[in-house]
Amino acid sequence: MLGTTAMFGQGIFEKSKVTGSFQIDGNYYWEDEGIGITEEDINGNKFGGYGFGKVQYQLGNFTAGIRFESYQIFKMTGMPTELNGTGLANYFATYDNGTIGVTVGDIYDQFGNGLIFRTYEEWTLGFDNSLRGIRAVFRPTEGVTIKGLYGKQRLYWESYEDHGLVRGIDGEWDINQSVKAWNSTKLKATLGASFVSKYEADKEYNFGDNTYKLPQNVGAYAGRMNLGYGRFGLSAEYARKINDPSAFNNWIYRDGQELLASLSYSQKGLGIVLQAKRVDNMSFKSKRTEEENKLDIGFIPPLNYTHSHSLPSMFSYATQPNGEMGIQFQINYTIPKKTALGGKYGTKLAFNYSQVNDIKRDSIMVNGVNTMYMMGTKGYDSPFFAIGDKMFYRDFNFEIEKKISKDWNLTLMYINLYYDMETIEGHPEAEPVKAHFAFGEVIYKINKRHSLRLEMQHMWDNVSKDQEIDPLQEENYVKRGNWFAFLLEYTIAPKWFVSIADKYNYGNPIADNRDHYFTGSFGYIKDQTRIAISGGRQSQGLVCVGGVCREVPASSGVSLTITTSF
Amino acid sequence: MKKLLATLLFGFMFLGLAAQKSDLPNITLKNLDGESVNIAEINNDGKPFVMTFWATWCGPCVKEHNALTEVYDDWVEETGVKIFSVSIDDARSTAKIKPFVDGKGWPFEILLDVNKDLARAMNVSNPPHTFLFNGEGKIVWQHTGYLDGGEEDLYEEILKISK
Repeated sequence: MLGTTAMFGQGIFEKSKVTGSFQIDGNYYWEDEGIGITEEDINGNKFGGYGFGKVQYQLGNFTAGIRFESYQIFKMTGMPTELNGTGLANYFATYDNGTIGVTVGDIYDQFGNGLIFRTYEEWTLGFDNSLRGIRAVFRPTEGVTIKGLYGKQRLYWESYEDHGLVRGIDGEWDINQSVKAWNSTKLKATLGASFVSKYEADKEYNFGDNTYKLPQNVGAYAGRMNLGYGRFGLSAEYARKINDPSAFNNWIYRDGQELLASLSYSQKGLGIVLQAKRVDNMSFKSKRTEEENKLDIGFIPPLNYTHSHSLPSMFSYATQPNGEMGIQFQINYTIPKKTALGGKYGTKLAFNYSQVNDIKRDSIMVNGVNTMYMMGTKGYDSPFFAIGDKMFYRDFNFEIEKKISKDWNLTLMYINLYYDMETIEGHPEAEPVKAHFAFGEVIYKINKRHSLRLEMQHMWDNVSKDQEIDPLQEENYVKRGNWFAFLLEYTIAPKWFVSIADKYNYGNPIADNRDHYFTGSFGYIKDQTRIAISGGRQSQGLVCVGGVCREVPASSGVSLTITTSF
Repeated sequence: MKKLLATLLFGFMFLGLAAQKSDLPNITLKNLDGESVNIAEINNDGKPFVMTFWATWCGPCVKEHNALTEVYDDWVEETGVKIFSVSIDDARSTAKIKPFVDGKGWPFEILLDVNKDLARAMNVSNPPHTFLFNGEGKIVWQHTGYLDGGEEDLYEEILKISK
């Protein structure tokens, strides 16, 4: 017995593995009259910060992990202040031998594209909707995966008590893997289906003199397919949800539905993709009274291009779960090396067009009364293929990237953007943004490890410097008018980087808003550890990841970020 | 109840002993042909391999991939190294990755980590994050971020472990 234990112990020490990661973001704020930050805004809270530490233990097929989180944040940080506190935010244990897998604890997973189930965390947004419960995965034969899960979702540090119960099942069948005769056919096919149900105990909702009966169980289902034939690909997912009156849809009893489809063609040096989407009343939460993206069970993927440059990214699209129709078209092409246009190194081109409109809604008349979005009714009718008149977002952009010589690299980009601020930021009567952007970047390689990078951007807005602004609307013009931005960065690979940047809203219609946002950053990377310090002004804007956004107020100060893993 | 849990945990750990091979977790991801790939089974026939995490919206990641593309043929010829490139883009981009990668002419084996399962298991916080594995699948070096010319250091590390 002792011998076995000793052997076992030795085995464990040799074969088990502990890994982890750690991140801390610290901020120090100061007053800045120039951008309107007064002592009152800071209110004595000069130091803020948040961080997490994660440890994982792995022994063969067994994995367990914990994550601690700590937040001390203020209005200035832009993160939800409900996160303030410290504690064990996530723990799990998984056993998975390839055929059967079981996880107990806090679960991240998604069914298909996530339309009716996706739990994930996005540190930069302070977002985490993980499911605390149990998940089982069964792979009975090659190419077949069946998943089932059960639990309640996280919202900040709130008690899980009054969050709805989420139960889901998903099956996926990879036909080529599972059917021998299909193993080597040119046609690749995967099919999948899922069902998710949420349960909330409340049976009715009282509003004024009215009492509405509520469905305790709300079911949602989805089917998907993924086809590939040589250079072509076709994928689609359709989801439907039964009536689910909630604060988000103004307590209407309409069913929800969503379609996502993509068609692509690609070969070496050329890729083309066309996507379409329709969303109708698909907000799906494990608590009816929640707003924004809190306790979302489903995820609505945005289709449009994600801009990473600082000026266009101030106008990022946020998905509209109550209804939207969108398309997106993208071409990536590389002009081959050693051709007249391609030059010695080839030239990379990219073109993107995307547009999102509202869906068309027709009124339902009940006894001569228009019940459009009226509480307790079906809300509206919506023909599936009809596009609404209101445009939420449109973007077309063109990018050319060229390595000119061994030492010089050039990127140019043009962006044309339409951004309906009223809908996307929820600011009533805000004037839509119709802007052009030009972006240019030059990288000069001084030698093998030293590089200099210069980035310049300009935005031409439809709001001019001389436009008269209604004093009541001033808030909607904080980031309007023309902008100029530059960034100069010096890097010594693989360890050092230092940069200075400025964004200048010189064309703002309100003279007080014509501000510079000057920042400087400095950083050091050693293997998997990164330390960065930056200081200066942060402009008001949206930080968006995956169509989910967080509004960040203007601030002035220094921040320190440290990330590492082991 | 606690006793039962402890027993289960102990049992799991014992079962776990049987299978430990490399530093790669037992997670299944899709490749660009829609085929399932078990990450734990990834290898390069005893030669070193690289795994790098990226996203279409991450500028430095795209730069790193462009730089690696230029040197890849030489690296493969000289060391036999192979690069696995893991996209952590979410469902918004899943259908776009293949045309994106082909359009840019990247020659790597691409894997789709749509809900960041692999990134979480490997403690990747921010892309790009690059791992170098030796022939036995053990992590020998890793690096976060990409600065122009950073591929040179990766290559030096590859040369150290390739025979």
